Amino acid sequence: MPRRSKLLPAPIYPLISLGVLLLVWHLAVRWWQIPDYLLPPPSAVFDALSAGFVSGSLWPHIWATLVNTLSGYAIGCALAIALGALLAESETFERFVYPVLVGLQATPKVALGPIILVWFGFGAASKIVLVALVCFFPLFVNTVNGIRRTDPELLEACRAFSASRLFLLWHVKLPAALGDIFAGLQIGVSLALIGAVVGEFLSAQKGLGYLIASSSVSMSLATMFAGVILLAVTGLIGAEIVRALQRRVVFWQARKQ
Amino acid sequence: MTAAMLVSPALDAQRVGLTYPTRSGETEALKDIDLAIGDGEFVALLGPSGCGKSTLLRLAAGLMPASTGTLQLHGKPIEGPSRRAGVVFQKPNLLPWKTVRDNVLLPARTQRLDLRAAGKRADELLELVGLAQFAKAYPFELSGGMQQRVGIARMLLPDPDLLLMDEPFAALDALSRETLTFALQEIWSVQRKSVLFITHSIPEAVFLADRVLVMSPRPGRIVESLQIDLPRPRTLDTFDTPAFTATTQHLRRHFNASPI
Repeated sequence: MPRRSKLLPAPIYPLISLGVLLLVWHLAVRWWQIPDYLLPPPSAVFDALSAGFVSGSLWPHIWATLVNTLSGYAIGCALAIALGALLAESETFERFVYPVLVGLQATPKVALGPIILVWFGFGAASKIVLVALVCFFPLFVNTVNGIRRTDPELLEACRAFSASRLFLLWHVKLPAALGDIFAGLQIGVSLALIGAVVGEFLSAQKGLGYLIASSSVSMSLATMFAGVILLAVTGLIGAEIVRALQRRVVFWQARKQ
Repeated sequence: MTAAMLVSPALDAQRVGLTYPTRSGETEALKDIDLAIGDGEFVALLGPSGCGKSTLLRLAAGLMPASTGTLQLHGKPIEGPSRRAGVVFQKPNLLPWKTVRDNVLLPARTQRLDLRAAGKRADELLELVGLAQFAKAYPFELSGGMQQRVGIARMLLPDPDLLLMDEPFAALDALSRETLTFALQEIWSVQRKSVLFITHSIPEAVFLADRVLVMSPRPGRIVESLQIDLPRPRTLDTFDTPAFTATTQHLRRHFNASPI
């Protein structure tokens, strides 16, 4: 590892960059007298955020997006890991289904949004399905690859001790794939939010995506930025939680990273 | 030939051959291997890289079937991995997410042994390989030599009759290698198992074994079987005895004569 000066704790540095960005934003709005309906100053966004929190009008939106995202994420990820494990074990499935699913991965899943809307209605269900669909694919492919990449010598050593197929899958292949699985879970966090927001753009009565889309009609950019910032913070927290989990669960790989 | 061998060899291979299909037709990896390891006998199998000696060990471990010939473990045909044969490979192949003790206990789980008895035995074996205080450590916290000791303890857990060791010390640094060679002799003198020890180190083979077999390059055949009568226990001084030097020099001729 290269030598680094350690004057401040690591999280301080990006915060400084963020501060500079906000300052530039503020000064630019002032300097060129950009009107509010094009770009509000950071202070206006902050006002919109605090007003929303104080009056409580933001909470239902945040809650709706969180619930949709988390439910869809949980369903999509559970399915991805389960199907990935099954598929990696079955050669027939692998031959017939895997290439199709990999091919589908290139399709932008959000394009299916309007169809899902028709099938699952305008309520939470369609958003949850879209989220699940979006985060399913990368995790699924990662699970299959992770299981396939299990060290063949390790598997052989376990087989030499009469390990059953189920034992190998559950106690060797799946743990060995955890690094890849967590990488998929990580990607899934940001994709899940995209799915939720797109779903809410299409049709919703609440949610941060709905808030942004509906504020666009009234040109209240401060509220729109507030929505974006809340989404960014949600994504950051989600990714951080997954990362912390990864460090605890896949502790034997922590050293390599 | 020892008396025990006449009774029932621990491992008995007769006219064993292995061919497998490749792009350019059939490849013959092993040809007409005859090999018997007596009860409690330490046999080292010496050969150049790619001569098929690891393949022979995999056949003995029941990890793959032979194309021709018969392989028997204490008189019973080998049809798959058996409790009576323990294996270590060049890589320790430990489960990184399990503690040292749980790794040693792996055969107890896969072979459904009584876990309480196995736990007691695991502690004894960790003591034997000198890792008692590392029972709760994880493999990544250990050196390569220590990991291989864990592998040896794991191999011994189900109390197998036959130890199959595939270049177990080849990936270690010279010092750990020497320490483990002595440790293995120590363990063997206590446990008195039959051993098939694969190596490409001539001194290692001569130091450890009762008998050294030499294998030819592909297709692998056994071209010499040499009884080693150096007195036991062998020590550092053994390396300097004229008998030891003469034996290693004799064996080395096999490898200088043919291109490896």
